[in-house]
Amino acid sequence: MPLLEARGLTKIFGTLRACDHIDLKIGRGEIHALLGENGAGKSTLVKMLFGALEPTEGSILWKGEQVAVSSPREARRIGIGMVFQHFCLFDALTASENILVSLDDPAPAGAVTARARDISKAYGLPVDPNAHVGDLSVGERQRIEIIRCLLQNPELIILDEPTSVLTPQEADRLFEALEKLKEEGRSILYISHRLEEVKRICDRATVLRQGKVVSECDPRKETASSLARMMVGNEVQPVVRDKPAVQSEALLEVRDLDRKAGHPFAVALSGINLSVRAGEILGVAGVAGNGQGELFEAVSGEALQERADQVRIRGKDAGRRDISERRLMGAAFVPEERLGHAAAPAMTLSQNLLLSRYRTDARAFLNRLGMIRNSLIAHAAQRVSSAMDVRKGVEDPEASALSGGNLQKFVIGRELDRQPLVMVVNQPTWGVDAGAAARIRQALIDLAKSGSAVLVISQDLDELFEICDAIAVMHGGRLSAPIPIGDATYEKIGLLMGGAEPGHAAVSQAEAV
Amino acid sequence: MFEAILITIATAATPLLLASMGELVVERSGVLNLGVEGMMIMGAVTGFGVAAMTGSAWLGVFAAAIVGTLFSLLFGFLTLTLVTNQVATGLSLTLLGLGLSSMIGESFVGRAGVRLGALDIPYLTEIPYIGRLIFGQDPLCYISLLLTAGVSWFLFRTRAGLTLRSVGDNHSSAHALGIPVIRIRYLAVMFGGACAGLAGAYLSLVYVPQWVENMTAGRGWIALALVVFASWRPWRVLAGAYLFGAVTIGQLHAQALGYGIPPQLLSSLPYLATIIVLVLISRNRRLTMMNTPASLGRPFVPDR
Amino acid sequence: MRIELVKRPQQSVLFSVLSPFIALALTLIAGALLFLLLGKDPVNTLYVFFIEPLRETWSLHELAVKAAPLILIAIGLSVCFLSNNWNIGAEGQFIIGAMAGSILPVMFPDFQSWIVLPLMLLMGIAGGAAYAAVPAVLKVRFNTNEILTSLMLVYVAQLFLDWMVRGPWRNPEGFNFPETRSFHEYAILPEIWSASGRAHWGFIFGLVAALALWFMMTKTLRGFEIKVLGQSPRAGRFAGFSQGRIVFFAFLLSGALAGLAGLSEVSGAIGQLRPVISPGYGFTAIIVAFLGRLNPLGVVAAGLVLALTYLGGEAAQISVGLSDKVVRVFQGMILFFVLAGDTFIHYRIRFVSAPAAAAGEASRANV
Repeated sequence: MPLLEARGLTKIFGTLRACDHIDLKIGRGEIHALLGENGAGKSTLVKMLFGALEPTEGSILWKGEQVAVSSPREARRIGIGMVFQHFCLFDALTASENILVSLDDPAPAGAVTARARDISKAYGLPVDPNAHVGDLSVGERQRIEIIRCLLQNPELIILDEPTSVLTPQEADRLFEALEKLKEEGRSILYISHRLEEVKRICDRATVLRQGKVVSECDPRKETASSLARMMVGNEVQPVVRDKPAVQSEALLEVRDLDRKAGHPFAVALSGINLSVRAGEILGVAGVAGNGQGELFEAVSGEALQERADQVRIRGKDAGRRDISERRLMGAAFVPEERLGHAAAPAMTLSQNLLLSRYRTDARAFLNRLGMIRNSLIAHAAQRVSSAMDVRKGVEDPEASALSGGNLQKFVIGRELDRQPLVMVVNQPTWGVDAGAAARIRQALIDLAKSGSAVLVISQDLDELFEICDAIAVMHGGRLSAPIPIGDATYEKIGLLMGGAEPGHAAVSQAEAV
Repeated sequence: MFEAILITIATAATPLLLASMGELVVERSGVLNLGVEGMMIMGAVTGFGVAAMTGSAWLGVFAAAIVGTLFSLLFGFLTLTLVTNQVATGLSLTLLGLGLSSMIGESFVGRAGVRLGALDIPYLTEIPYIGRLIFGQDPLCYISLLLTAGVSWFLFRTRAGLTLRSVGDNHSSAHALGIPVIRIRYLAVMFGGACAGLAGAYLSLVYVPQWVENMTAGRGWIALALVVFASWRPWRVLAGAYLFGAVTIGQLHAQALGYGIPPQLLSSLPYLATIIVLVLISRNRRLTMMNTPASLGRPFVPDR
Repeated sequence: MRIELVKRPQQSVLFSVLSPFIALALTLIAGALLFLLLGKDPVNTLYVFFIEPLRETWSLHELAVKAAPLILIAIGLSVCFLSNNWNIGAEGQFIIGAMAGSILPVMFPDFQSWIVLPLMLLMGIAGGAAYAAVPAVLKVRFNTNEILTSLMLVYVAQLFLDWMVRGPWRNPEGFNFPETRSFHEYAILPEIWSASGRAHWGFIFGLVAALALWFMMTKTLRGFEIKVLGQSPRAGRFAGFSQGRIVFFAFLLSGALAGLAGLSEVSGAIGQLRPVISPGYGFTAIIVAFLGRLNPLGVVAAGLVLALTYLGGEAAQISVGLSDKVVRVFQGMILFFVLAGDTFIHYRIRFVSAPAAAAGEASRANV
């Protein structure tokens, strides 16, 4: 008898069938992978299992008996625990308060903290109980989540994309903890789209595609590419990259960039140097929250520098110029957050086109009186949509009505449409389905090939290895020297991401100069 | 003379303290209710009316708290269930409260009210200098002090208080963990309403035991400012309320003494003081950001 | 049973047009109940309140007199609110504008020339804008909450006006009444069509301002900038728009229009300064702005509706013996219903019966 069984589980949002009659069986003491690309319905499914979403249809059996998991509290009561992908933590509370607030049993705070300490020791998950979560690194936050989950003594632990925020070495330590849990007879539902690690640790796998189960298999008997085919369905066009065509002329340079932390949870930048030449794609790897967002703000001109020469675009000082002026110098920017940063959610696509291009394309989009020429803008938006294959229900929808992948294609296409000489992208394919991701990566490669300099900030190492000519690593607000792609390995990059070899960055920078 | 001034400072401070203590809890849960002035004036008119009709000041106090709560539920329904803009809805609560109270209170104008008397504990109240000051205040004044201690204990020493703070910090996380965000916010909003109602009753039953149209005169807004001033901490609210009580009483005495300063300019001092205090406290963006409940004023629609 | 909101994929065009009308209809129903509660015949009272004032020409003029300040202020406020700046101190800016413009006729009554009125208008505009600049500076420089500061300044302005008309500016020949001397003929804002009623040029100013700002908001980059920064400040910063500049723009604009409204009121409708020159126009204008859906043209219609409640209140007081305080209750209710109605533009409402599991089929049918 399986520990948990889902029968015909269905969830409908509006007209979207996020999960469509899903059957799932998880045995005792098994690490069960739930595979699927972004938007396949994995998160929706586990939220239903954990009681955070209410199924439209279908039933859940726990130890052979039908149960109604009406709330996360109920799920925890019967023995299901969950570690969320976007951690459910409270920045303003301390680590121990974060643990306490999620517990349903009224044990006194002292006892809970003591138990948390025991768990933290037993599974190798060190955490400072008095630290405010807002000040902790992503890895530490995940440990709090896991401890919080284990405190409930769950029989089934759901882990949603746990390694996406970890360095390869941190991931290894997590896998050790998971093995230990498995030995204790607990089951684990492991959600991931990283095939190698699924093959490495999982006993069974259920593969989802577009809300439906397409396969149940033993991942160890499959190859990474056969698993990928199951996930994506039709073959995704592989990204084509010719020999690098890097030229000597540096189009984007950052010199000795320092920046103080602007708000309590921000990261300060110190001594950042980089240079991207025409035809080159430079990748910036790093675990989330190590200053990537702050670097993007500084390079884009959303935040100005102290000295003009700290950022140079096409050989001219740009450090004291704002984002519009940097665009006029030939640069284009795509920030990490699609909704609310790259695009205004309640505005239409054509309005969002105007958002980043009213200065660079002023002559086309505004008439002499400063009036907006709506028809020309709508036309340009249409051009971007067809160039990037943006799928939408109506002619000119609001940005928030588009799926993540389609909106991302639009905000990238919006900049590519200008043929920028310098392109800076933060997390180009985060949360985007495989088809859209491939399209975006190909577009970035093509842009570089045409002679532009491209800076890609990403937490996805696979992506960086796929498209970059060199990779530098951010850690604690510092940037390492770039490693040419020929010399880069996952291990080397992973060590730098974990902050290993302090001083390494400074040393190799000195060498590079 | 000096003793009398000190005693009246407590009288001026208590309504501010009651109202801001309620709003502090509301804001700690992540909701910004700008309708304090409206709930307060409704409490004032109810307290006066019920006390005048029944002859019991305590019944008036009780009714004022009830009406304050009901009025806050109106705000709760709109902002929590229908997810309307909290700023606009709070404003409309104030406008409606001011209008409704002046309509209800039309027949009360000029009528003699009932006063909620000060305590008089034999011997203790007679201690020279400090007797009246410490033991001779009105009961609501003591209640407001107990409330401060109670709120402080609740927020920082109990599980329920921790849950409330977590909702104010990140409602999405709280929801995902199975914490009933909306229910907790309803309760907080109702608590805020009851406190504002009490504050209003204090004005019409203790401060000036009569009904005057618009008698709150912006105290609800000053209470809101006090919460910001206090960085959402109960004991600092207490300090702020007594500071403002002192400014209010100080300018009243200055008016009585003359000095040749126009009374209108003195009357505007508490408002100007509010602005100055707000500027001083919010100058440090970093500090403000650290203290402000992160979900404050943000709409929340749970997905189910 | 509980109420659940389901986000619409696109804003409902139907509801964004209908919601003000639904709000008005609901207000009328609630109003009828209120009248019933007060022991009045609801149908007759509603008639007196909302129809009778529209039947006489002079009374239509009165409508324009009341609507002028409401429209002028509310247009500025709607631009302000769209940019997510909460100026709720228009009442104070109205008063200071009126006082600034009155300097000439009150302090220099012998300076009589055709230039006086244009100067007064400019001074009124400048006064309102300057007073509104205070919360703007505090917000931009010191990060101070503009809601609280702008509101506090209302009380300060009211007290200041009270002091001036009782003290330094009191009419020396006025038998100690708390009012300034009456404005001379060059300081009076002309009536539009004096043969038939009192409506003055303030109403025309309102219409012109509405058209101009409608044009700005819908056709120009500045309007786009205001909307982007109001909805999504981070996207606005990404676009290269300056938050601080828009804070000043929004406050100065709304302050200037409130100042113009104040000056028009004293120079067009009252003819002198008194301790109280506004029945709360600055606050009622907040309701006007929302009822007009923050659209300058919608604001004109909404301003007329709210002006009608003032007239209706007066009429009902005379003919039915209803308290004039009812007006403010009415106005408060309108805003509540408007805000509730706006929810339907963005969401559909679903009623869910309590046992969640049983709801499966029902909610499917709802899709």
